[in-house]
Amino acid sequence: MTITTFPPEPKPEPGWSRYFGFCTDAKVIGIQYIVTAFFFFLIGGLLAMVIRGELITPASDLVDRAVYNGIYTMHGTIMLFLFIFPVLNGLNNLLIPTMIGAPDMAFPRLNAVAFWLVPIFGSLLMASFLVPGGPAYSGWWSYPPVSIQNPVGHLLNGQGLWITAVALSGVSSIMGAINFVTTILRMRAPGMSITRMPVYCWTALAAQSLQLIGLPALTGGAIMLLMDLSFGTSFYRPEGGGDPVLYQHFFWFYSHPAVYVIILPVFGVFSELFPVYSRKPLFGYLYVALASFIIVGLGLIVWVHHMFPSGVAQWMRNLFMVTTMLIAVPTGVKVFAWLGTIWGGKLRLTTPMLFCLGGLFNFVFAGITGIMLATVPVDIHVSNTYFVVGHFHYVIYGAAVMGIFAAIYHWFPKFTGRMPYEGLGKLHCLLTFVGANMNFLPMHPLGLMGMPRRVSSYDPEFTFWNVVASLGAFLLGVSIIPFLLNMVSSWIRGPKATHNPWNAIGLEWLLPSPPPEDNFGEEVPTVISRPYGYGTGEPLVEHQVEIERRLELLEASA
Amino acid sequence: MTSPSSNSINAPAVAGVSLWVGLTVLFSHWMGRQAHHWLPVQASTAAPLVDDLFSFETSIGTFVFVGVVSVMVWVMLFNRAEKYDDTDAVPIEGNMRLEVIWTAIPFLLVMAIAFYTIRATSELGVLGPMEHIHPRNQQEELGGYPGDRLPAEQVEVIARQWSWEFRYPDVNVSSTELHLAADQPVTFRLVSEDVLHGFYIPAFRVKQDVIPGRAIDLNITPTREGVYRLRDSQFSGTWFAANQSNVVVESDEAHRAWLEQAARAPLQPGLTLAVSEYAARQLRSNSGWATVPPAPPPQVNVPGSANQPHDA
Repeated sequence: MTITTFPPEPKPEPGWSRYFGFCTDAKVIGIQYIVTAFFFFLIGGLLAMVIRGELITPASDLVDRAVYNGIYTMHGTIMLFLFIFPVLNGLNNLLIPTMIGAPDMAFPRLNAVAFWLVPIFGSLLMASFLVPGGPAYSGWWSYPPVSIQNPVGHLLNGQGLWITAVALSGVSSIMGAINFVTTILRMRAPGMSITRMPVYCWTALAAQSLQLIGLPALTGGAIMLLMDLSFGTSFYRPEGGGDPVLYQHFFWFYSHPAVYVIILPVFGVFSELFPVYSRKPLFGYLYVALASFIIVGLGLIVWVHHMFPSGVAQWMRNLFMVTTMLIAVPTGVKVFAWLGTIWGGKLRLTTPMLFCLGGLFNFVFAGITGIMLATVPVDIHVSNTYFVVGHFHYVIYGAAVMGIFAAIYHWFPKFTGRMPYEGLGKLHCLLTFVGANMNFLPMHPLGLMGMPRRVSSYDPEFTFWNVVASLGAFLLGVSIIPFLLNMVSSWIRGPKATHNPWNAIGLEWLLPSPPPEDNFGEEVPTVISRPYGYGTGEPLVEHQVEIERRLELLEASA
Repeated sequence: MTSPSSNSINAPAVAGVSLWVGLTVLFSHWMGRQAHHWLPVQASTAAPLVDDLFSFETSIGTFVFVGVVSVMVWVMLFNRAEKYDDTDAVPIEGNMRLEVIWTAIPFLLVMAIAFYTIRATSELGVLGPMEHIHPRNQQEELGGYPGDRLPAEQVEVIARQWSWEFRYPDVNVSSTELHLAADQPVTFRLVSEDVLHGFYIPAFRVKQDVIPGRAIDLNITPTREGVYRLRDSQFSGTWFAANQSNVVVESDEAHRAWLEQAARAPLQPGLTLAVSEYAARQLRSNSGWATVPPAPPPQVNVPGSANQPHDA
């Protein structure tokens, strides 16, 4: 098996340069996605610091109101379209092929194109800071008519660039989604039936299916918005007989499911990591896996809960409240399964595990405020207030970003071949957890008291909680320093990683760290049992002992 | 998740868990009562309904949250691997009965909340703080109001970038400060002259988007005298944050007196912070960040006062 018929071609030492070019290796693309995403994460974070700096005092005194509106709009847009979606696609690229034993993605060139669209629309969005009139300022929802007012009157304006960038982001995401869905459905290792697939792949499949169903609505809605803005049509323009509320349906039909596109893979990460660091199988694997698709089904029929105060009929309010509430059930199945997994385990509180536990804590909190937001009368009072801002930052930062950090620390050795430093990691985790809670918890009382979101100034009675939130935000800003320090220094000179430093079960841990370009190549192992066989003593694949011994020999000789 | 093999009941464990559940219930109940203090004063008939629902949800939410976090903390304290122990734990792959339980209980729980809410919502619909799209003259037939409680007062609310104007068509009065009589039902007719706005009075627990091209009727009954804030709740552009107004709820007699006095007052420019800030902004050098110019201040009988203290 180790003898090849043809002499191996002299491979050039894979250098740094491949990370800057059009490369079709999913593992390179994955890292390209993640590094690009974190570049934009820093920009989005910097904008958040300006927002919290403005809001530390009641008056509008740090930046001009127009500047504030542009900055909060760009913060949301960058964080969603240039950080969280790309970073998750990065994880998908790294994890999906290695977890299912595929040599690469199904369409490697399409994959590279999908990635390279990110810097392109990213630059386009950044360029909107430089055009006359400044960037888009109508919030990441870009509700018309505000978004089609175009105060400078140029054809080239921030809002137009914003819409173009978002539409391109949709194109990139659709390309990615086609690739991920095809790869998962068609390229699994022999023996890996769909019910033996790791839960991360289940959740990625669910999330990417949502992208395929939802994105056309957003893209269509955005194109009509661009026509209204630039070419004088009246899809949403009331004076021309259009309906501004129509846009809200297009927008939320995608953008609510988008939340599940974000959180589902993070559920996948939790489902992968809790078993590893509790040394127990995932509790109720099949229920956890299937719950992802129940969330997909329900997630597609809840979007009107974003529009309760915007003029929808009573029957719609009741119907969409019930569907929204129902999502708590499959989500609850997952949460209880994770608790069942860690219960009675042998916990190792490593950095990834601590991030997972912190993420779960925050997610449960966000779920409870989510139920409150689903009930119409409470939502009427707190919608478009800081209560909602607090709720979704708990989901996106508290749960999703913490889950992403967990994933990065967990799989870092696999894809870089180096171990991250535990001390810095734990410091990062502590600062993130404290900073996030200090930043986002005070937003709930503010919303309940009646402070609207998106305000550049506020009444003095809101000062106390805003000061606390701003201090928490600055702490979050600091929390990124140990992370960057850790990533850079451990990648350059961290201790060399073995093929399976966490003693985890999964196909990706049967590959060398870092894996070769074509992963298992011709020697894809045959999967013979369900994932997460911790404590059962059952091997995951045929000839597992030989494969592991060979990897150990390889490591010993290196 | 006691192991299924042990038939003997672990008495101290049962007692401990029961005690903890009891304490959690007490704490959740206390949180539910606290929840009322996190909300502004109740100044409309809608407010008690919304607050009771929120309080109920806070109790249930606290119970669930404390329950989950208790398990996490317990596990983190007592289920840690010993140092140098890299063996696996007992492999429990699942439990059908538990899956059914933790599917059924949340299902029943959220359905109970939904049922409670639909009832509260329909009650609110009768009280009026939900949007009524149907024509105004049909309200009585639709059961919206008992005959003697038909809103006596109709107020036209005009939202602009960035000011609120209130017109009392019956007495031909206009104002940039909303005056209402306590315990008298009132109908608002919400219109916007430019973009989306949000008609939000936190003390009334009422919020309704104002949609250009539509006239939306909204009924409420203020119940408490005082001064409250009306805030724009749907982002409307540069001076969105400044697009606020005072709501003065006064006794019926005081309200009548105010209307009479207002009807005699000459028209003058209404309150709008945006106009003055825009003028100041024009004097500074151009920052390059564009804004829509504010609409001129509406001509009203009573501009009102920007600086009076408000209750919520």
